Amino acid sequence: MTTLEIAETTVDVDAEGFLTHPDQWNEQIAEEIARESGIPELTDRHWLVVRFMRDRYLATGTAPSIRSLGKESGVPIKELYELFPKGPAKLAAKIGGIPKPRGCI
Amino acid sequence: MTQMLEAPHIAPQEPKTIAKVAIVISKGSLEGIYPGLIMANGARMEGIEADLFFTFFGLDAIRKDRFEKIKVATVGNPGLHMPTLLGAIPGASALVTGMMKRQMEKIDIPPIPEFVELVADSGAKLYACKATVDMFDLSMDDFVPQVEDIISVGEFYEKAAGGQIIFT
Repeated sequence: MTTLEIAETTVDVDAEGFLTHPDQWNEQIAEEIARESGIPELTDRHWLVVRFMRDRYLATGTAPSIRSLGKESGVPIKELYELFPKGPAKLAAKIGGIPKPRGCI
Repeated sequence: MTQMLEAPHIAPQEPKTIAKVAIVISKGSLEGIYPGLIMANGARMEGIEADLFFTFFGLDAIRKDRFEKIKVATVGNPGLHMPTLLGAIPGASALVTGMMKRQMEKIDIPPIPEFVELVADSGAKLYACKATVDMFDLSMDDFVPQVEDIISVGEFYEKAAGGQIIFT
């Protein structure tokens, strides 16, 4: 287990920088991870996706698939990739402070 | 006499990531089409650029008149562990296809038409193989709107340059 100092908070992360304890997360951490991942500013649309990922993970224990992300988050697939060019599900999970999604879809 | 080979000295390297893949889908059965689509979608999910090249019966995955009717091959498919004669009974393929589709829906894998759209929306580029298009006397009108172009093998290699090619 590695710890990392993000936005003046010490958090537990995995080798790729995903938070391993979602309860250590806050919005400042989200913004800093976003900046480091190439997203200078989180817009309302980014937040919509990040919160959807996080809420779904906290409610069900697994992150949603890209398919349900596109169907249920209110942000269509094309826009998801515009918002998060390096992979919407992966990046939104990282920014939202939940473990990396393990699903293939 | 056994001899110990000296372990080669390889300098430690930073793990490299794949930046781009070009995936060929050449088969027209359900089990022939899904792996390529799953790999293309998976690539895009990791931020990897992806091109899809449909050739031979793989073209069925992007043909308007066929992509909703893709079936599992129940004859000559040892993976199903089913006697060949049983697989040849009318309706066997439809039955097995139905079972497999239900299983896939359970783990959130979309049906082929929706999957083709998802993969295209995610930024993967879809191409049809020119030789096959000529052979079957097809045109762009036969394909779903997500198909970018009909291209030759040479053009495919140009597009694949600098990436990994995956044949399925």
